[in-house]
Amino acid sequence: MNGTVNRRVSRGIAEGVTVVIAAVVAFPLYWMVLTALKPAAEVISADPRPWTLAPTLDSFVRALTVQSFGRYLLNSIVVAVAVVLLSLLISFLAATALTRFEFRSRTTLLIMLLVVQMVPVEALTIPLFFVMQSVRDVAPVFGLNHLGSLVLVHLAFSLPFAIWMLRGFVAAVPVELEEAATLDGASRFRFLWQVLFPLVAPGLVATSVLSFIHAWNDFLFAKTFIISAAENQTLPLALQVFVKPDQNDWGAIMAGSTLMTIPVLVFFILVQRRLVAGLAGAVKS
Amino acid sequence: MSMRRGDGRIAFAYLAPALLVLVGLMGYPIYQLVLISLFDYGQEQVSGGAPLTFLGLGNYTTLLADARFWAVLGQTVAFAAVCVVGTLLVGTALAVLASRVRTWARMTLFLAALGAWATPAVAGSTIWLFLFDANFGFVNEVLGTTGFSWTYDKWVAFGLVAAQVIWCSFPFVMVTLYAGIKAIPGEVLEAAALDGASTAKTATSVMLPLLRPLLIVVTIQSIIWDFKVFTQIYIMTSGGGIAGRNLVLNVYAYQQAFAASEYGLGASIGVVTTVLLLVVTAAYLRALRRSGEAL
Repeated sequence: MNGTVNRRVSRGIAEGVTVVIAAVVAFPLYWMVLTALKPAAEVISADPRPWTLAPTLDSFVRALTVQSFGRYLLNSIVVAVAVVLLSLLISFLAATALTRFEFRSRTTLLIMLLVVQMVPVEALTIPLFFVMQSVRDVAPVFGLNHLGSLVLVHLAFSLPFAIWMLRGFVAAVPVELEEAATLDGASRFRFLWQVLFPLVAPGLVATSVLSFIHAWNDFLFAKTFIISAAENQTLPLALQVFVKPDQNDWGAIMAGSTLMTIPVLVFFILVQRRLVAGLAGAVKS
Repeated sequence: MSMRRGDGRIAFAYLAPALLVLVGLMGYPIYQLVLISLFDYGQEQVSGGAPLTFLGLGNYTTLLADARFWAVLGQTVAFAAVCVVGTLLVGTALAVLASRVRTWARMTLFLAALGAWATPAVAGSTIWLFLFDANFGFVNEVLGTTGFSWTYDKWVAFGLVAAQVIWCSFPFVMVTLYAGIKAIPGEVLEAAALDGASTAKTATSVMLPLLRPLLIVVTIQSIIWDFKVFTQIYIMTSGGGIAGRNLVLNVYAYQQAFAASEYGLGASIGVVTTVLLLVVTAAYLRALRRSGEAL
């Protein structure tokens, strides 16, 4: 009897602590949205309050009109979606090859996949800048100052982890299933897309989220590659436009940050169950 | 799996797109990075105004003799260590906490953590800067320290950036370890309880060994991420702090290359960073092998 009460009390305390921690963790995001909705005078008040009585969309209007944020939002979406689709397709095929086939260089390739993840991509900005400069002469859309250059680098950087993670999911699908499908007369191609692909969906979702975030959040490559084509900038860079020494427009900065964070947040919440399942799957394998 | 005729060719066909992308956009640039690091490669060489001079290891000897480089290296390691330890402590503690509360409390925590995780580094850094702003920041208002700059003093600035990095990276550790804790069969824990093991004893001698492989993965992943922090430092300390005192290797390399047009020197810093991380990878592979996991 006493034990049950004690357990309830300690669980109650644990839940209280959990909620307080959740509030602290979420606070910066609350502050971002709050600041974006505050009237300009309240934002730069020397006495900031954690609420506002006069919410307004002025800051959002300023962010969207003054610096054509809409255009940059669209650019960011184009890059992220292209990276997700291409990386899904390519990493699924590669993960299948690395788990379902035995060949001599398999282990070497797996080790290489791990090794390339260690390469600090920031260091590669230097050679990649020159690579993109040459690409521009051959295929301008994929070269410097174009969104294609961003798609290419983010694809390359998200592939190793995506393949590495998908391996576990492909391996978890019983080989007997493939044998059964073959006996039923399904071609390799049909097995791949109609049986295997749906079965590894949780893993695909998990890796897509990571590829999307990779591309969406990128600041460095957008800064390095999109040097003189303002119309091809992406959100993270556009946000910096509002940052000026000693006179930051914090309202607009927070409105822009909100616009940039919301898509990722929605995406995350939609897939969070599968993400957790995906990570758990990667754990079990 | 049984080999079928033509397996090798099919495997290669499946791998071809990935290989093409990885060789072209990672392999070749890595080769180029090393190559550039061996030359005196500045603005004049890029524009063709001056001939390329092969320096051999010249850029590296310049680096090794440079007190600045050693200072940056030291603070990079210290900064990454603080971030890794902080991320792991917070993530592990919260994973355990999450496994002991009812669903509603867990979902609240996970939702908040997902928010922090999802926030783009640029947005996150900017939000934190504003929260800690000297004049309009909420933190100074609460602490009654209006006017105090959190980005002026070198170590305070590093601390602030580290806190931001921990804020956005602990959720990965928490969610992964929580999944790991949930994957431990209930019978195992019940058996331990029946044997009279205390909570602490269960945690250290039953759960910890089972979670060890996962802990290794999240530790190494955190080391790799935190050693390479770029955006947070760049934005929160305006490109590396006053007179570059908040530089970490990555930002230092970038500044040498694109701000000072010393592409060769920047590339050599990149090579050094890469080699340091490769050492960590080797340790990772060894740890994996020792814990009996096959590749």
